[in-house]
Amino acid sequence: MKQFAQLIQTLDSTNKTNAKIAALAAYFQTATPEDKVWTIAILSHRRPSRPVQTKQLRAWAAAIAQIPLWLFEESYHIVGDLAETIALVLPPPTTQTTKTLTYFLNEFIALKPADDTTKKEYVTDNWQALDYYERFVFTKLITGGFRIGVSQKLMTRALAQATTIDEDILAYKLMGNWDPATISFQELVVEEKASDFLSKPYPFYLAYAVEGAVAALGEVTAWSIEHKWDGIRAQIIIRDQQVFVWSRGEELVTAQYPEFYHFATQVPDGTVLDGEILPFAEGSIGSFNDLQKRIGRKKVSKALLQKTPVILKAYDLLEWQGQDIRNQPYHQRRTKLEAIHAQYTSQLERPTESTLHLSTAYHFDSWEAVAAERDKAREMKSEGLMLKNKEATYKIGRKKGDWWKWKVAPLTIDAVLTYAMRGHGRRSNLFTDYTFALWDADGNLVTFAKAYSGLTDAEFKQVDAWIKKNTVERFGPVRSVTPTLVFEIAFEGIALSKRHKSGVATRFPRILRWRKDKQIAAANTLEDLKAMIPN
Amino acid sequence: MPDRPPLLVFNDQGIYCQAADVYLDPWRPVDKAIITHGHADHSRWGHKQYITHHTNVPIIQHRLGAINVSGKAYGETFVINNVRFSLHPAGHIIGSAQVRVEHRGEVWVFTGDYKTEDDGIATPFTPIQCHTFITESTFGLPAFRWRPQSEVFDAINAWWYANQQEGKTSILFGYSLGKAQRILKYLDTDIGQIYTHGAIENMTEVIRPMVALPPTTRITRETTKEALQGNIVLAPPSAHGGTWIRKMVPYVTAAASGWMTFRGARRRRAIDKGFVVSDHCDWSGLLEAIEATGAQKIISTHGYTDIFSRYLREQGYDARTEKTQYEAEPPATETETASETTTT
Repeated sequence: MKQFAQLIQTLDSTNKTNAKIAALAAYFQTATPEDKVWTIAILSHRRPSRPVQTKQLRAWAAAIAQIPLWLFEESYHIVGDLAETIALVLPPPTTQTTKTLTYFLNEFIALKPADDTTKKEYVTDNWQALDYYERFVFTKLITGGFRIGVSQKLMTRALAQATTIDEDILAYKLMGNWDPATISFQELVVEEKASDFLSKPYPFYLAYAVEGAVAALGEVTAWSIEHKWDGIRAQIIIRDQQVFVWSRGEELVTAQYPEFYHFATQVPDGTVLDGEILPFAEGSIGSFNDLQKRIGRKKVSKALLQKTPVILKAYDLLEWQGQDIRNQPYHQRRTKLEAIHAQYTSQLERPTESTLHLSTAYHFDSWEAVAAERDKAREMKSEGLMLKNKEATYKIGRKKGDWWKWKVAPLTIDAVLTYAMRGHGRRSNLFTDYTFALWDADGNLVTFAKAYSGLTDAEFKQVDAWIKKNTVERFGPVRSVTPTLVFEIAFEGIALSKRHKSGVATRFPRILRWRKDKQIAAANTLEDLKAMIPN
Repeated sequence: MPDRPPLLVFNDQGIYCQAADVYLDPWRPVDKAIITHGHADHSRWGHKQYITHHTNVPIIQHRLGAINVSGKAYGETFVINNVRFSLHPAGHIIGSAQVRVEHRGEVWVFTGDYKTEDDGIATPFTPIQCHTFITESTFGLPAFRWRPQSEVFDAINAWWYANQQEGKTSILFGYSLGKAQRILKYLDTDIGQIYTHGAIENMTEVIRPMVALPPTTRITRETTKEALQGNIVLAPPSAHGGTWIRKMVPYVTAAASGWMTFRGARRRRAIDKGFVVSDHCDWSGLLEAIEATGAQKIISTHGYTDIFSRYLREQGYDARTEKTQYEAEPPATETETASETTTT
C-alpha cells in the first residue's frame, strides 16, 4: 500500500504530464504483478463496488475525531473531497500496516456482504494504522471516484513505456470486461487470447472542433459530411450471435437497450458498428432530455420502452466479417456499412421496426453548400455537422486532421446569478458552481440552469470574492446571493421539461461571458427562453 | 453588574473602545489606533497616531512611511482615559501582540492574529486571563492540524536538496513579512545559497537587526540562471505566474502556507508542492488558547467564524461572530493575510 500511496502522492504533486508518466512507468517496473493489475483497474475506473456507504464513513470519522457530525459535514463542504476530509480530521495513526494494495482490495470485496459492526471495525482499525496520505488513498479506494489527473490514456502510455508493448495494442487489451480480482498481469497485458476478444470494443475515434474557417480544410470533395447527432456514442458488437453494447465511457450497457438484442440474428456475425444511440419515438428524433430517462436505468420497464424507444444511428463500421477494418479508408468502410444496413432492413417484416438507422452521408461541391446544411441542424435535431475525410483510417482517441466537428453556434440568454456552491477538487473552497435565473411574468427570478464552466480562473476568483461578500443565506455548501450579476449563458439544445422548476431543460449550459455591462433588469425572461424551443 | 455599554464595539471604522476613544486595528483612518501587528489588513494607512509593540515600529514604518507611532514593551501598561491597555505576545509574527483592555474590573483581550507554536522568532504566545476573548478563526476547522515546524522545515530542506540533485532551482513562495523570515531561519545553508525576491529582501533587511538570519542574495536583473541553479529562491505568492520566475528554468515550485492542507489549493495554483506551515493557530491551537484565557465570552472576527462560533456555543461558551475587515474568508489566492506587503 505504501508504494501505491507513494505513487498517488507523486502523481498528485506534479502538474507535468511527463513527470506523471515517468512516475507511473517506474511503478509499473517495480510493483508486484497483482498490484499492477489493481493499479490499472483503479486508474481505468474498475474498482470493486463500494463495500460501505459514505454516510457510514462520515459518522465513523466524526466519532473518532470527536467532533459533531454537522462539523464534519461543514468541513467536508469546505475541503471538497470526502476522503481528504476524513484523512484530515482523524487523529494521527497509532499503529502501522504492511498490507499490500491487492490485499486491501481483496479485503474490500470480502467486506461487502459483512455486517455493519464488522465493517466499522475493519475501516476504523485500518484508519488508525495508516498515515495521512495512505488514509486518503485507502478511503478513496473505498468510496470510488479517484480523480488525480491521470487519464486512461496517460496510464496506458506509461504501461507501454514500462512493458515496451505498443500503446494502441495495450489500449485495446485494457478495454472491455475483465475482473482485476481474477485476471493476472500476464493474462491482461502480456498474453493474447482469441476468446478474450469476444466482447471487446475498439477504442473510439474522437473529433476535434473545427478551428477557424472550414474552407481551410481544402477540397470540399475530399470530405464526407454528416449531421452530428446528440445522443450516446456507442459501439454495437455482434460476435458469435451475441450482442454487446458499449458506451463511450467504456461501459457495457447492453442490458439497458433491448432494442438491439435482435441484432444477434439480424446482423452478420463479426460486425462492429459505431454510431449514436438516439431517442426515436413516432418517426422522429427526440431530445437528449428524453434519452436521459434511459441512461443509467439498469432495468428498463415496458412502459419506458414504449415511451422512449431508441435506435442506433450508425456511421461507421470497425469490424466486418470478423476482420478489423479500421485501417481501410473511410469510404470503403462506409460502403460495407451500407451493405450491412441494406441487408438488415430487407430482413425486417416491417421497416418501421428498424432500430438500425444509417446516418446520411452528404457530398457537397462547395463549402457554402456545407454551411447551408449546417444551418438545418436544429431542424434535423442535430448539433451541427461532422466532417470526415473520405480516405481516413479509423484512429484511436482524439486526433486532429481527419475528423472534425462543426457545431452550430449555441443558443444564448442573459441570466442572473442567484445561488453559488463550492466546487470540488481543484476548485474546492472556491464558489464556482452557479445557479442562474430568468424573470417570470410576475417579476420573480426563476431558476433555469446551473453552470460550472466558461469563466477564466481570474474571473472565478473575482466572482468568488463577490459571492463571499454578498451572501444572503447559507444552506450547507450553497449560498444564495443578492441578485446583481448578469451572465450570458450558452447552451446546445432546449426542451420542455416537467422535472425543472422553470419548465424548460437546457442542454450543456455554460457561461459564455460575464455581462458586467448589464443590470439585472436587463436579463432575459423565461418567455424569451421558451420562445427558443423548436416546434 | 449594572448594564454598561460593551467595553469594545465593532463599528464601521474598526474595533472601538468608547471609554478610551481609541481603536484596535481599525480599517478606516482614525485618530488613535492600537495596532496588533504589521500585516496590511491590521495596520492600515492614515491614522493620526499609532501605538504598537516596539519591534513592530520599524516594520510598519517600512510599510507606511513617516507615521506618528509610539512603541510599547510586552506587559507595559498604558492608561488612556482611565482605561488600562497592555500588549502581550501573540506569537503570530515578530512584533505581534494581543491587546489587553481593562476598565472597571472588566478585561477584554483582542488577539489580532496568533499562533500557539513557538516559531523561534516571534515571542511565544502567552494566554491572558480575561472575561471576553476576541479571537481570529482563520483555520477554525478540525481539518487543520499542523505538524511540529521542525518536521516541516526538514521536509523543505530535503525537497531543496532533491531538486538540487536534479539540477533544478527551488522556488518557495511565502509572505514577505513573517513567513519568509521564519523559513529563512531554518533553511540549511550547507545545501546551497539563498536568493530572495526584492519584496522579501527589503522586509528581511528591516528584521535582521532583531533576529539572527542566514545571509541572502537579492535577485536583480544581473542575476544569472546559472547562479540560481540548485539554489533556493524565496518569493512572495504574488510572484508566481509572473515573468519574473521564467529566467529560473529549470525550476520546481512550492508554497508554504496553512492553506496547503487542501490538495485543491495547491493544484489550483499549479504549484508542484505544498508545505503546511502557518502563522495562525490550527484547530486544537485555537481551542486550547481559548480555554487557557478562562474567558466565557468569545467573539470570532475572521476565518470560519460561523462554524467556529457554533461549535464553541455547543461547548458551553457564549460565542458569537462579529464582522470585520480582517481577511474575512480564505480567499482564492490563499493569502493568509489580506494583502502582500510589497515595496519597490
